[in-house]
Parts: sequence; structure tokens; C-alpha cells
Amino acid sequence: MEALELARWQFGVTTIYHFLFVPLTIGLSFIVAVLQTLWYRTGRHEYLQATQFFGKLFLINFAMGVVTGIVQEFQFGMNWSEYSRFVGDVFGAPLAMEALLAFFLESTFIGLWIFGWHRLPRGVHLACIWMVAIGTNLSAYFILAANAWMRHPVGFSVNEENGRAELNDIWAVLSNDQAWSTYLHTVSAAFITAGLFVVCVSAYKLWRNQRHGDTGIAGVAPPKNDFALFRGTLKVGLVFTLIAGAIVVFSGDHQAKLAAEYEPMKLAAAEALWETEEGAAFSALAVGDTEARYNPIDVTVPNVLSFLATGTFDGEVHGMNNLQEAYEEYYGPGDYTPNVFVVYWSFRLMMGFGLFGVAVAALGLWLTRGKRRTPTSRWFYLAAMLALPAALAANIFGWVLTEMGRQPWTVHGYLLTANSVSPGVSLATVAMSLTVFTAVYGLLAVVEVGLLVKYIKAGPSHLVPDLENDEDESQIPHFSY
Amino acid sequence: MELPVIWFIAISVLWIGYFVLEGFDFGVGTLLPFMGKRNSVDRRVAINSIGPVWDANEVWLLTAGGAMFAAFPAWYASLFSGFYVPLFAILIALILRGVAFEYRGKRDSDTWRTWWDRAIFFGSAAPALLWGVAFANIVQGVAMDSDHIVTASTLDLLNPYALLGGLTTLSLFTLHGAIFLTLKTDGPVRVRARRAALVTACAAVPSGAGFLLWTQAAHGHPWTLPLVVIAAAALVGGVVAAWRGREGWSFAFTALTILTAVAALFGALFPNVLPSTTDPAFSLTVENASSADYTLTVMTWVAVVFLPLVLLYQGWSYWVFRRRVTGASVTGESVTATDGGPGDGTGDRSTPVA
Repeated sequence: MEALELARWQFGVTTIYHFLFVPLTIGLSFIVAVLQTLWYRTGRHEYLQATQFFGKLFLINFAMGVVTGIVQEFQFGMNWSEYSRFVGDVFGAPLAMEALLAFFLESTFIGLWIFGWHRLPRGVHLACIWMVAIGTNLSAYFILAANAWMRHPVGFSVNEENGRAELNDIWAVLSNDQAWSTYLHTVSAAFITAGLFVVCVSAYKLWRNQRHGDTGIAGVAPPKNDFALFRGTLKVGLVFTLIAGAIVVFSGDHQAKLAAEYEPMKLAAAEALWETEEGAAFSALAVGDTEARYNPIDVTVPNVLSFLATGTFDGEVHGMNNLQEAYEEYYGPGDYTPNVFVVYWSFRLMMGFGLFGVAVAALGLWLTRGKRRTPTSRWFYLAAMLALPAALAANIFGWVLTEMGRQPWTVHGYLLTANSVSPGVSLATVAMSLTVFTAVYGLLAVVEVGLLVKYIKAGPSHLVPDLENDEDESQIPHFSY
Repeated sequence: MELPVIWFIAISVLWIGYFVLEGFDFGVGTLLPFMGKRNSVDRRVAINSIGPVWDANEVWLLTAGGAMFAAFPAWYASLFSGFYVPLFAILIALILRGVAFEYRGKRDSDTWRTWWDRAIFFGSAAPALLWGVAFANIVQGVAMDSDHIVTASTLDLLNPYALLGGLTTLSLFTLHGAIFLTLKTDGPVRVRARRAALVTACAAVPSGAGFLLWTQAAHGHPWTLPLVVIAAAALVGGVVAAWRGREGWSFAFTALTILTAVAALFGALFPNVLPSTTDPAFSLTVENASSADYTLTVMTWVAVVFLPLVLLYQGWSYWVFRRRVTGASVTGESVTATDGGPGDGTGDRSTPVA
């Protein structure tokens, strides 16, 4: 085993873990901001309760996203020094901008929001959570622009003298079609995740309320308005999910077309397509032989892949064997085919889990149509609670597809992953850091989920008691450490 | 002035911002066990004094790191891979510390809080120490080959000069944090913090003076001497002001100490960014490590437009939370007066008032 292999594992483990929290931060900051806006506009007590309840859950998640994010920025230099040396000129710029434009915004205003409940005028306090929401979204854009550049490098040239990539057009990097398309896809997926988080929590509370008539605390009668509150937040979550679901499908389709154009090998691997075809079929289930490079079994839907990749039913889609041949001719001998099994299945699992979540949202919206209808079937509640892990899984497989599909490159066509790793960092060192990261992350996951469950069970009326009058500032609970 | 030099200065400014700001919240974290009994409101007072600001303080680190990546990729690459183990330890410390602040008050359990208090202590003290070790090694230089790959082992980084650097940052940040607590809290914490400041000064003054003199003698330029002198004078001034109970002045002085000391370190480093002790010819310099002018120009514009904006709203957040933190203000007593009321028993308001 080489340090390269473990460095890749470490990047995978820490990035996937980080991305369990990030989508919730991106989406929940918006949802909490919307709930607080509703409270600000209407003054209705349920909205205050909902804001503080989901705000609390948001903060428990937010902390994890922040601290695991620091690792990401350091890791490029620590494990991937040759990558950093080659790309820093181009790739470093969006990272620095992310810190300066987005992280400062997020971190300053989250502090103001947490501690400002009694110190800031209501309108200013509301503006703070909106600044956090804007900050998280800006941050997503910059980091995704950096990531998109690795898959579709633009706006630079390689300096013959020092062998480094040098930026010559920052706008090309920031307006890269891969960047905004990936942004739309990732952020709408984040909104689905956050929407389904709200759905999952609300469904759980409604279900408990219906079945057991309790608040989660032994011997405490359920407040009447808890029911109305969670019916309301359930609908908010469902609407968010469904709107985001429409965008995720549209942007996902665009992603496939961009992959066909810029990363044909990834698309071919995602479809287990070995030979170039016109009118290529969409693979429903393939069993491939990666040694002999063909599929003994392939159940397909004719012409659909061509349509997804090119927009016409008889468009040409490149196959892996033809691409491998062409790449060897162009880049020299080597294996330019990614891990087909991983890429093929992560593509399907991403779509499957993602569509399941969106389908639950559509069903839920139908079941809660009108002013009063509330789902009664336990199956619906079970599905609604499973939709959150499904969304998280869809996100993970989406990134596995993106990153594993780009292999063997870090910068497509310019730098191989094998040439990106830090030559001075030993296998033992990476093994040590990977082990400790995994252990610490595992422990923190247990702690985080435990806290979320605790606060969900306790419920909003526990957090924000029924108040005589919201207008009386002093009655509103404040957050502190 | 040439762009790489401007960016060398900009990066030193970002690190100065980081150490001046996060310096005091590292100090507060390090002093936490000494600011009150376990589970006491006093400890909460100490934590809440930095509660609204620590996260934004940490972003100075991310910005400094991002700026190094963009402006001096070769520096970022060699340094971060070469200092792998200390940086890894810093990362683990920052992870545990950040989560600890947010989670500590979220369960009403003594064991729970005790563990998070430990995380805050180690998560603050370890980086405070390790940053000094790292920066001393940067100034002194490390074994590095002609491909700019650091060949020094982790043990090589623990040399006497670096350890003195670590002791200096640890004691200086702790002093800075103690003085911050005297300025930002009231009641028993303020009293204890003042005492802590005077005790810490006994370590911070000799180690700080020793480290700065060593730096100046071994690596300094004539023009870094004034910085060293100001740093030393401000350190003494800060201690005297703390002793006389002039909290605002003493905080300004320790901030000035950190500012000038870090500036002196970067000054001593210039024009190198990472000297090689293997062969001076292998050193990374402002010239050979920097990005091309186009990137630096873009970054300059971004910094010129947005850094003042950041300073403005970050400054505003300090203004919003300018009042001293007290036991009553963290438990919310003065606000809700619901001791034992419906809000208690869960959440972060529930810590029993000791």
C-alpha cells in the first residue's frame, strides 16, 4: 500500500463527512430565515417557536460543518502538495475569496444571530440570519467553482518554464458552465436535504403526537399548538423539497450533457458504455466484466442515453474503449478508465435515493392539501422519516460519482492523481491521521445525532414556552453557551 | 512595490489579525479551568465572553491559509505537507474546541460539561503552543531539498528555539486572554482573570523577551529591531496596566505586543518564505514561491474591496457585544427571571446556578 491510497481515502472520508453537514447548513439557514421572517411579518407565536426549534437544530449541525471545513482547506497542502503547487495560482484564488467573502459573513453573523436575540432590534436580528444564509450560498459557489475547474479547467495556461498552471482569466473560472451548473445541482440537492430534514422532524413529532399524544417528555401533556406548528413546518419542508426537486432534475440533466462534452469518460463509466454508439441506450442494469471490458449482461432502455447526453435520440455517445484508445494516443500510455463499478452504481444510487426523497415530498404535499388534512398512515410517516437518510445518501453518491468519475485525473487532462500527492508525507503519517480523523469524526457523529434527537424529542414548547405576548421582548428566550 | 512583496505583507497582516483575535480566545479557553469550579456559572461567563466572536476570529486563519494557497502556492504546499503532524494536531484541537463551545451547554450533565471543558482547554492550549513552534521553525528554516520538499522529521521541529517560540505564544495568548476576561466580564471571573494575568505574565515576559531577542539576533534585519523593541515595551506596558487595573489599556498593549511580535517574525523571515537549512539555494522565497502577477492583481482587488467591509462588520459585532458578561447575563436571569420556570431543565439556559 502507498501513501497515495490512504491520502485518497482520507480525502474521501473527511469530505463525505463534511458534506453530511454542509447541505443542511445551506438549506436550513434559508428555512430558518424564512420561518423567522414569517414571525417578523405576522407576529404569530408558532413561527417564533418554529424558528427557535429549528434554529437550535440548525446550530447543532452548523458547528460540525464549520469545524470539519477547516480540515478541507488544510488538506490540499498537507496531503496533496504537488497538486497545490501545480494549481495554487488558479485554484487558490476561489478558496481565498470563499474565506474573505463568505466565511467571514457566515461566522460573524451567526454569532450576532445566536447572541443577539435581546440585543438587536428585531429587523436587524432577522437580517443577521439572512446574511448567514447568503454567506453559506456564496461559500458554496466559490468552492464549487474551484471543484468545477478540476473537471473542466478554463481560464489558465501552463507556464512552460516552471510547469505550473497560471490563471489568465478569473471570470472564465467563476463563470465556468460546469461551475454554475454544479452549483445549481448541489445547492438544490442541499435544499432537498434540508427540506427533508424539516419533513423528517415534523413527521416524527406529528406521528408521536397522533399515536401517543405526547411531547416526548414523560407526563407532560401535548400543547395543542404543537400539532398545528408541525403540520405547518411539514408543509414548509415539503414545498422546499419539491421546488428544489424540480431544479435538481433540470440541473442534473444539464450535468449529464456537460459530462458528455467535458468528461465523456465519466459519463461512459456511469453508464457502463464500452463502445461508442449512436442512439445509445440507457443502462437499467448492467453486469460488467472490467477485465475484458464489456458487459455480459445489460438491460437497457433504447436511445435514452443519447437523449440525456446530447438532446437527440440518435446522438453519438463515446464509449470507454474508444476513449481509452484516444487518450493513450494523446496523453501517452496509461489507464484512463475510472472504477466502472463504483461510478456506475453511485450514479444509480444517487438518482434512486434522490428521487425517493422527492417522491415522498410530492406524496406528502398531496396528503396535506388544503387547510386541515394531516396524514394518518404510519407508512407515510415511516417513508417521511426515511427520506432524510435517503437524501444524505444521494448527496454522498453524487460526490462519489463526481470525484471517482474524474479519476485518474485531479485536473482533467493536466494532472494525474498519482502525481498530486505529497511526496514527503509517509504512509505511516497518513495512516495515523486517517485513523484519528475517522475515530474523532465517528465519536462526534454519535454525539451530534444524540443531541439532535434530544432536542427533537423535547420539542419547541419545551424550548419556547407559551408566552402571553410576543411583543414583550423579555419573554423571548435567548440563546447563549 | 512588487506584487509578491505586497502579498507577503498582506499574508502577514492576515496572520497578525488571526493571532491578535484568536489569541485571546485561545487564552480564554486555556484559562477556563481556572475561572471557576466545574459546572459553575463562572465558567459559562468566561465562555460567553468569546461566544459571539470566536468563530469569526478563526476565519482569519482560513483567510490566511487561502491567501497563502493563492498567492504563494509553493509556500503553502511545502509548509503544509512539511509540517503535517503539528498542523494535524492543530486541526483536531480546533475541531474539538469548536464543537465544545456549541455543545457544552446542551446537556444538563456534569460529566458532559467536564469532558467539553477538557476539549476547550486542550483545544485552545495546544494550538496556542503549536503555532509558536510552527512559526519559529518557519523563521529558522527546515531541512528542504531542491524540489522544495521538506525532509525534516516531526522531531526536528521540536528544537530549542521552536519550543521557546511555542512557550512564548502559549503564555502570551494566555496573558492576552486573561486581560480580555478582565475587560469583558464582571464579578468573580474578572477578579480571577486579573490574578491569572499577573501570574501568566511571569512566564510571558521572560519567554517573550528571550524569544524576540533570539529571533532578532539570529534571523533579524536592522529594520526589525524597532518592532522587537515595541513588542517588548508593549508587553511590559500591558502587564503594568493590568496590575494597575487599567483593563482597556492593558488589552491594547497585549494586542500591540502580538501585532509587533508577529510582524517582527515575518520581517525576520523576509525575503524568504521558507528557508532551507539543507542548502540556502533551495529556500523558498517571495520571488520563487509566488503566483503570477495576474492572480496577485485579482486578489489585490478583491482584498482592497472586501477586507475593509469585513473589518467594518466584524468591528460592529464587537460593538454590539461590548457590554461586560456577567452571571446574570448568561443565565438570562435579569431578562426572564424564570429560575425554575418552564424554560429550565433543557437547553443552554438550564445550567444550575451554583
